[in-house]
Amino acid sequence: MVQLVDAYTMKIACFGIAREIAGGPYLQLAGVGGKTVAELRRALVDAYPAFADLSSFAIARNETYAGDEETIAVDDEVVIIPPVSGG
Amino acid sequence: MIDVALLSTPLRLDACTGFVAHPSCGGLCYFVGNIRDRNLGEQVTHLEFDAYDAMAVKEMRKIAEAARERFGLFAVALHHRKGRLEIGDTAVIVAVSSVHRAPAFRGCEYVIDELKNTVPIWKKEFRADGSHWLNAHP
Repeated sequence: MVQLVDAYTMKIACFGIAREIAGGPYLQLAGVGGKTVAELRRALVDAYPAFADLSSFAIARNETYAGDEETIAVDDEVVIIPPVSGG
Repeated sequence: MIDVALLSTPLRLDACTGFVAHPSCGGLCYFVGNIRDRNLGEQVTHLEFDAYDAMAVKEMRKIAEAARERFGLFAVALHHRKGRLEIGDTAVIVAVSSVHRAPAFRGCEYVIDELKNTVPIWKKEFRADGSHWLNAHP
């Protein structure tokens, strides 16, 4: 899945309540490549303040939970993981 | 011996038994999670499950592998539903087998507890007065 819209804008997939916050299955954010996961989380809260109201939210990078210190590459598959509730 | 699945069709306990049963195993243990009619005192009409399929299956497999390693299980089957579920429908089945019963009991509990913590699946609860995503807000 190609996540690049242009050189600076990334499509970030959203599930659960994140989809309602984003208003659809993806949101687009500029300048994500090269950011750390912690920086991306701050940028998401700045762009969509409702993320700050969640109990928590994680970032998945290429289908694995990403630590705050990891750096995002422009061709990564990035997904917002709101609090899970399976089972 | 691990079988994980994220399905749009009804879950089958017999399929899970068929996978985990083995002549060497005297203990089979199951957790079956069904949709209940009330939550926090409110009447529930139905649930909808959303999932990040590719990662959910990977995380389910990681949990099953960890459980086998940690408890010395013979086999683990972990099946989860997605989509719309009605009251009484089965949302999840954990089935594990081991030579004796103690690892089966502990391993089964471990698998469902970890699934609820880490697997990217979300349920939206529908009531007469509206709907909301469970666990989303403090």
